[in-house]
Amino acid sequence: MRSPWSEHKTELVVGTLLRWGVIVSGGVVALGGIVYLARYGSLQPDYHIFRGESHHLTTLPGIIHDTLTWHRRGLLQFGLVMLILTPIARVALTAGVFLLQRDRLYIVVTLFVLAILLYSLFSPA
Amino acid sequence: MNILEFTLAVGVVSLLAGFLGALSGLGGGSVLVPVLTLLFGVDLRYAIGASLVSVIATSSGAAAAYVREGYTNIRVGMFLEVATTSGAILGAYLGSKLPTHVIGIIFGIVLLYSAYLSFQPHLDHLEGLGPDPLAVRLRLDGDFPTPEGDQKYHVQHVPEGFGLMLLAGVLSSLLGIGSGAVKVLAMDQMMRLPFKVSTTTSNFMIGVTAAAGAGAYLKEGYIHPGLSMPVMLGVLIGSLLGARVLIHLKVKWLRLVFGLLVGVLAAEMIINSITGRI
Repeated sequence: MRSPWSEHKTELVVGTLLRWGVIVSGGVVALGGIVYLARYGSLQPDYHIFRGESHHLTTLPGIIHDTLTWHRRGLLQFGLVMLILTPIARVALTAGVFLLQRDRLYIVVTLFVLAILLYSLFSPA
Repeated sequence: MNILEFTLAVGVVSLLAGFLGALSGLGGGSVLVPVLTLLFGVDLRYAIGASLVSVIATSSGAAAAYVREGYTNIRVGMFLEVATTSGAILGAYLGSKLPTHVIGIIFGIVLLYSAYLSFQPHLDHLEGLGPDPLAVRLRLDGDFPTPEGDQKYHVQHVPEGFGLMLLAGVLSSLLGIGSGAVKVLAMDQMMRLPFKVSTTTSNFMIGVTAAAGAGAYLKEGYIHPGLSMPVMLGVLIGSLLGARVLIHLKVKWLRLVFGLLVGVLAAEMIINSITGRI
């Protein structure tokens, strides 16, 4: 039997997770943005030409390395990756809730969605 | 214009886009990508990447306000996310293969259709709808709070809704939009969810769908940190403001205003793509 109350409570927890995910990643992006602007603010933007980012900024190990060493735009990109991870954390949390409810059908559905998300982020390009 | 001025200008425009997007429930991405490419001359691929990141922020930022009201149907959302995330992977693949002017034309057409949809009246047709066997097996039916107590609803046309969601996922990552219009169309018109349930559940799904696309684009080098930063922060602040005033506004004229704006941008996108400027 589903209990609407517990589902609503779950949603509140999920909403809080999302809010904090956004606040924290937004804060990191803002901080990284200040570093970026302090370093490159007076240069000319070149966003009209597509070059693709270097692997420093397109792979998780590269981004984490640049973040820890305060290199280039690592911190900024790290904040953006945290933001991408926020909905993924939501799906993982939802899988946990269905697990507690022993809802087999929706455990499978949710884990499938989680697998697609992790594939998109971690599979080699 | 140096990077500092450019960043500030993009930030202000993104704030407006996020505000409008949250109010209309259609997301800021549909306005952002044309504005970034047409007004700021940003390469379409960078614009799509930055927009997708902002779509995640919009969806997640607004979710806290939405869930409190108790309209979201998590089972419907999660079930349909199988379709939208699969579609998003396919869309990101197509996005990395198709020439930008083709993407620009598709963008314009999708925008025009979104504008058209926003002019359509929406009706809740809950009466006389019996339970659908597939929806019952998947336990998709739900209820939502009304002034007269909880109102039950029966979900209809599950396979058709699933198919539309696959399309919504492809469009989301191909164009860098939340494709909330297609999602609401699928849930509102096809699956016959009550309007408030379909808009909030759509918001629930948009962030997850965009995360699938953004993850794939990160590896392709589409996520430019310098551009994504003002876009994400601007849209986020705008959408939070939008979600606050959402409750006090009538949905009908909002859709009209947004529809007009989107229609103009759509025409611009198509013309510029055909003349080879995108």
